[in-house]
Amino acid sequence: MAWLHRHRGTIPYLLLAPGLAWLAVFFLVPTYYLANTSLQTGSLDVGYAFTWAWENYSDAVSTYHEQFVRSLEYAGVATVAALLVSYPLAYFVAFRGGRWKALLLLLIIAPFFVTYLIRTLAWQTILADSGFVVGVLQTVGLLGEGDRLLATSTAVVAGITYNFLPFMALPLYVSLEQIDGRLIEAAEDLYASSWKAFLRVTLPLSLPGVFAGTLLTFIPAAGDFVNAELLGTPRQSMIGNVIQSKFLVLTDYGQAAALSFTLMAAILVLIAVYTRALGTDRLGV
Amino acid sequence: MTRPLTRRQLLERAALGGAALSLPAFLASCGGSGGIEGTATTTAGGATTGSSKKLASKLTISNWTLYIDVDEKTKAYPTLEQFTDETGVEVDYIEDVNDNDEWFGKNQAALAKGQAVGRDVTVLTDWMAARMVRLGYVEKLDKQAIPNSSNLVDALASPGWDPDREYSLPWQSGLTGIGYDPEKVGRELTSVGQLLDDPKLKGKVTFLTEMPDTMGLMILDGGGDPTKVVKAEFDRAIDRLQRGVDSGQIRQFTGNDYSGPLAKGDIWACVAWSGDMVQLTADNPKLKFVIPEAGGMIWTDNMLIPTGGDVYTASTFMNYVYDPKVAAQIEAYVNYICPVEGAVEEIKAIDPSLASNQLIFPEAATLAKVKIFDAEAADEKAYKEAFQAVIGA
Repeated sequence: MAWLHRHRGTIPYLLLAPGLAWLAVFFLVPTYYLANTSLQTGSLDVGYAFTWAWENYSDAVSTYHEQFVRSLEYAGVATVAALLVSYPLAYFVAFRGGRWKALLLLLIIAPFFVTYLIRTLAWQTILADSGFVVGVLQTVGLLGEGDRLLATSTAVVAGITYNFLPFMALPLYVSLEQIDGRLIEAAEDLYASSWKAFLRVTLPLSLPGVFAGTLLTFIPAAGDFVNAELLGTPRQSMIGNVIQSKFLVLTDYGQAAALSFTLMAAILVLIAVYTRALGTDRLGV
Repeated sequence: MTRPLTRRQLLERAALGGAALSLPAFLASCGGSGGIEGTATTTAGGATTGSSKKLASKLTISNWTLYIDVDEKTKAYPTLEQFTDETGVEVDYIEDVNDNDEWFGKNQAALAKGQAVGRDVTVLTDWMAARMVRLGYVEKLDKQAIPNSSNLVDALASPGWDPDREYSLPWQSGLTGIGYDPEKVGRELTSVGQLLDDPKLKGKVTFLTEMPDTMGLMILDGGGDPTKVVKAEFDRAIDRLQRGVDSGQIRQFTGNDYSGPLAKGDIWACVAWSGDMVQLTADNPKLKFVIPEAGGMIWTDNMLIPTGGDVYTASTFMNYVYDPKVAAQIEAYVNYICPVEGAVEEIKAIDPSLASNQLIFPEAATLAKVKIFDAEAADEKAYKEAFQAVIGA
């Protein structure tokens, strides 16, 4: 203890150490290896060598731009869909949940107790051609006779939306829950309609949750490949499918790593733009 | 001894049907970072350890799921327990092979450095086994310890990648053909061409993600020879497949997760494996499995000893499962195709109907119609890239 007293200045660093060590081991080191690999060429038979192979990047983008665009598109649509579903849900739990709050939150998280893969496979049953959903949609005329949901982009986006929904709903809930009810009362005292009070008070105060939720949903969704594989067709394949196949099937580690890096960079750029537009300072994030 | 529950009975109980069996890509993603470093393969020290002629106390086996008899009540493996009783060797049996590529991805980094991967026996499909042998990632079998290897059926005795079976012995084989629902399709199917051309089947057809299976049938349908792949024939077949994807005729490419949708009627016809179809047709007698007139494919999963495995103990185990009696016991549960001569006589004592099942003990006429895919072509980058591009990855 005496040592700590004399070196008070080091305490913050000591407290930071576990976090920094975690980052170093699980982020920096893998990133370094990935970067290194992305500039390698070779094959299983001759071995892999670092050759400053920048062409891995140019090939990756020129060959697979379609899948890149599709991934960002699907992730974007799924994020918006998840937001539209989650906001009323989180709002209800936060403001109307009452003593059921804990249970309702548990229900939101409950699907996470089942493995990701099985949850996605369950959607194969939900959206099955001869299933209930397709039947209803055909009856009301939203789907033509012989049309299907499974193995379409709709199914892939629906699967992604469902799988990442809790990542959206929970941050939203936290930010809504923290809102001081008196602020809304005050707005209503000042003759704001409840809709106006929502727009001027609740919504702006919940933006940090929207911000966190969209990032938590969009980032993993853009790299996802399970939904496209199980619920889509080859025409719905995302960049994650390509990376997976390059790494495991084609053992083209260089290009797989280059694709991963390009995806990371694309997401970073999009987030930077998004953060600018929403202004994290204002949000207090 | 009570007869253990068969693989089919187990599947009947599995709520998710075939789907639960196939954890293809997702698990593959957890496959780790094989080959991150620039390791040359020349360091691999295969076939150097040799046989000690002394049994180890423990044998570790990697195999595919539901690929050996299980006593459903005790969750024990009768075949392995008998092996332990006979030899005193404890068996650690791990069902961790879900996919050839995934298994390789997980273990490649260690194998390339000549390090052991903690397995004495692992079971991999022809083309991957060929790659393991080619890269020197395996130990040579101790054939002196495997006198029963003479029970290996002639058809499998001499694959191009291991002509004298010095490094490998078949575990099970299977046929690739067409599985379909004749009621829905409305006629008998006899070729994969019908899957691609019949407008009635649009969006109701799936093919397999395993290239040798899908491309083998496609090449045969085009009049080519999948045992020795020629670029022109391959390209023609792949163009045809691509058109099927572009037009929406082909709904998806699958692992063994085609079985659920086929039973439910989401897909009406697909490229399918015989072992799965034995189970499926038992549950849904209306479903059918046919070898196309142009020919079908046969593949084999092979036992190998990865670098660092205990050669003598592993070889002793291989000898044990090549005893026709033991082979029959495994076969009665697994229902794929048994590579052991004499097992068909032994299996009559267990269940005579199995002995006459064409998908488990196919006749010579059936075997004459099926081909083994060119193992070299199956692992050739240009072919694999072209195929991966068609299946959307």
